[in-house]
Amino acid sequence: MTPFVIPNLGPLMPEIAMTCLAIIVLLSDLVIKKKEAIAYLSIAGIAAVTYLLAVSSGVTFSGMFIADGYSLFFKLIFVLNVVLTILISVKYIEIENVNFGEYYSLILFSTLGMMLMASAGDLITLYLGLELMALSTYVLAGFLRHDVKSNEAAIKYFLLGAFASAFLLYGISMIYGLTGTTDLHKIGESVNRLIGESKASSPIHPFTHSPLLLSMIMFAVAFSFKIAAVPFHMWAPDVYEGAPTSITAFMSVGPKAAGFAVLGRVFMTAFASAKVEWSGILIPIAILTMAVGNIVAISQINIKRMLAYSSIAHAGYILLGIIAGTSEGMAGVLNYLFIYAFMNIGAFAVVIMLRTEGFKGDNISDYEGLAKTHPVAAALMLVFMFSLTGIPPTAGFMGKFYIFMSAVSAGYTWLAVVAVIFSAISAYFYLRIVMYMYMKEPKAEVKLSSSPEIALALAITAIAVLIIGVLPSKAISVAKIAAGF
Amino acid sequence: MEQVMINNLGFPILTKLIFLPIAGALLLLLIKRTNEGLIKWISLAVSVAAFALSIPLFTHFDKTTHLMQFTEKHAWIPSLNINYHLGIDGISILFILLSTLVTVLCVLVSWNSIKQKAKEFYISILIMEGAMIGVFCSLDFMLFYLFWEAMLIPMYLLIGVWGGPNRIYAAVKFFLYTLVGSVLMLVGIIVLYYQAGGTFDILALMTKTYPYQLQLWLFWAFFAAFAVKVPMFPVHTWLPDAHTEAPTAGSVILAAVLIKMGAYGFIRFSLPLFPEASKAMTPVMLALSVIAIIYGAVICLAQTDLKRLIAYSSVSHMGFVTLGIFALNVQGMEGGILQMINHGIVTGALFLSVGIIYDRTHTRQIADYGGVASVMPVYAGMFMVFTLASIGLPATNGFIGEFLIILGGFRANQGAGVLAATGIIIGAGYMLWLYQRVFFLETNQKVEGLSDINLREIITLLPMILLIFWIGVYPNLFLDFMHESVKHLLERVNAGGAETSIAKNMMEILK
Repeated sequence: MTPFVIPNLGPLMPEIAMTCLAIIVLLSDLVIKKKEAIAYLSIAGIAAVTYLLAVSSGVTFSGMFIADGYSLFFKLIFVLNVVLTILISVKYIEIENVNFGEYYSLILFSTLGMMLMASAGDLITLYLGLELMALSTYVLAGFLRHDVKSNEAAIKYFLLGAFASAFLLYGISMIYGLTGTTDLHKIGESVNRLIGESKASSPIHPFTHSPLLLSMIMFAVAFSFKIAAVPFHMWAPDVYEGAPTSITAFMSVGPKAAGFAVLGRVFMTAFASAKVEWSGILIPIAILTMAVGNIVAISQINIKRMLAYSSIAHAGYILLGIIAGTSEGMAGVLNYLFIYAFMNIGAFAVVIMLRTEGFKGDNISDYEGLAKTHPVAAALMLVFMFSLTGIPPTAGFMGKFYIFMSAVSAGYTWLAVVAVIFSAISAYFYLRIVMYMYMKEPKAEVKLSSSPEIALALAITAIAVLIIGVLPSKAISVAKIAAGF
Repeated sequence: MEQVMINNLGFPILTKLIFLPIAGALLLLLIKRTNEGLIKWISLAVSVAAFALSIPLFTHFDKTTHLMQFTEKHAWIPSLNINYHLGIDGISILFILLSTLVTVLCVLVSWNSIKQKAKEFYISILIMEGAMIGVFCSLDFMLFYLFWEAMLIPMYLLIGVWGGPNRIYAAVKFFLYTLVGSVLMLVGIIVLYYQAGGTFDILALMTKTYPYQLQLWLFWAFFAAFAVKVPMFPVHTWLPDAHTEAPTAGSVILAAVLIKMGAYGFIRFSLPLFPEASKAMTPVMLALSVIAIIYGAVICLAQTDLKRLIAYSSVSHMGFVTLGIFALNVQGMEGGILQMINHGIVTGALFLSVGIIYDRTHTRQIADYGGVASVMPVYAGMFMVFTLASIGLPATNGFIGEFLIILGGFRANQGAGVLAATGIIIGAGYMLWLYQRVFFLETNQKVEGLSDINLREIITLLPMILLIFWIGVYPNLFLDFMHESVKHLLERVNAGGAETSIAKNMMEILK
């Protein structure tokens, strides 16, 4: 029997710090009466976590936890996401009358879950992280306790999320049965061997290993739930609409990015040798996702629902990078998610500003004439809408461009053509917002609930969208390094 | 072989040209929106400065070479080998001058007609100018595409915010048509990038030969973008709506510069990149051009709306341009390029004129006019010049362009030449009839008592009149710019394949 050795905790330091931070925030809620202070405390803590992220790397717990460039890049997206979410929340949860400290604590716990997912080198770590993220988000979705829609969102999210977890567990148990391990690298070796054997036994139909295929389908289904890909997207519109808007922003970026982190890690590591087969699973999902997301978004009258369908559509574009299956494709995914965090949270920040005491402000018609009454907010929304459409010189274009390049380079030119067509369709509903703001007369007086925090969030996101749009070189090269795992 | 010439001006003139208007737009951002006077004067100053800055291009251009001039090259996205690469040759230089001139006129003509959101209006115009210049001098596909698409945003706003009653429909239609075409080109560009071994550099891409089948695919991918922009026959339907609904400045920019980009794209990219495919597709392109010429002209006869009529006449005139380009001989090509400039000047001037009278009457219906010549004699005289230039009367610029094109058209395909010539006859018909209905006949009571055009408006129209006669009487000054570039381009297009040499032999025999 080997003596117990404390594993190297170095690579894990950011997560440990994040856990402490979340608990401190939870406890400090008991003594601190001004809830804004908790928000600032959280941001200060996250700054420390970010510093730790930069200095910790390595593999620990016998390969169960991997802190590499890939996970680091994702964690930066999560950190960005949580900071921006906190900034847009401060005033909003006050207006919604849910100004409680545990709000921040739950956001931090959810982010911790995402960080674990990004670093998972083992299916067990992956599952733990995923559940921690999901459970915290269920609660956050239902944070508006007196709002029926918010309750509905939480229940719906919880039930469907539970299904997704079950699928994941089923997939994990099948792969464990096939390979006898939950370690991603070891699974990768076994899968390689299995495929080699089945190729040798039946050269005409080289892939007859149905349990493996079934297990990959299970994984694809579970992850598709998390990234809201069609046909597993049904929860997204209702949950996005019902959840507090700040949480919608949070969910549309964080859990989606985390879903892509594990999707990329599992499919590129564990199932690397079955690339042909799983791209056969993901291609129809990607096309459906782009089609349903973009087409259904056209008919929405609620902006949160519209942005929900938009975020579904964006998952479709990002899937192209995974399907490409190259490190360039993964770099495209990373780059896109990074850009997406800015533009989507930016758009939600404007949506949140329209929510004032006694006015919901989440109908598209509420944007009529905004350019006249609030020119700056309208101009920012315009930038985010054009960025989501993917029109240069905004960052959204660079994200799409890089993804499409990787798809073409991997030989999926036809898929890129499909994607650009849908992306052109998406212009219709994004531009509708611009049209309402700029080309219609204001009907009713719309007030904005502005605060220094939200102004800061808007400044960060808008500047990032424009700077990355013109000078994307840095973001692309960093993503390129991070994708080489 | 080195394909560029060093910029001999001593300062990066093209960069300055692109970013001067954009910097001006940023400056406008800082000004209070209530201070409209200052906003207008700054926009005018910036646009005049940009025009002045573009003059050295005209005077320092070396006409003896087809090489790219005034070039600049800096790394932009090194990891993808994307460069900030600018330069102009004989094909693009005139368009840059046209863009800077037209912007000045647009600011002038909008002086009193834009009453709301003036700040956003002038910002859009200036950003538009920067992007237009960028399109014409980009030598990197990525950079080109960036400017090409970025133009959509200000144009969408110009049509949709300051346009006529049906503006929203027109703006969305314009945007979606152009976007669908452009994104297909984007995929084409990416395919080309990998095919050429990882470069977006237009000059480097042009030195390579691509498999014929691929050329065909890419030709149509690029066709999607350029044909919509021109607009060529089956995809022209956005143009009448956009032209009609846009504010005067928007119509002028659309007519004078934006739709030229499609034809420019054919010349700059489709022909030299896909020479074999272009040649194989010539019959299709000639047929579409002829259809556009005749169809556009016939439809003009039935129009009751001033701007709509001019818009359809653009379809017809752009048909001449594509006919000239795809005639694939020197006359046709030079005529096509010159006709683009001519059309920019003449149609731009016609839209400016319509805008001037619209500001007074607020109607575009031809039936609401009549006898304008007796109330506004100076205006009527100027409009007459534009009408005759549009018809292509000798001594005006329209004559030179159309004559060259038809000459080239005959050499390429006699049938196309004959049919195109009928377009000129119908053109004379609808333009003169328009003139008659608006300026002669009984004086409509709606135009009674209108004041004749003022000094600002005369200054707006005068440069156009000068150019019409200048090009009409002494076209060589302008044709000289393009000789070398066009010759070089046609060598590239007509070089490969036995097919051509047979065609050449036949031409010799025919002679």
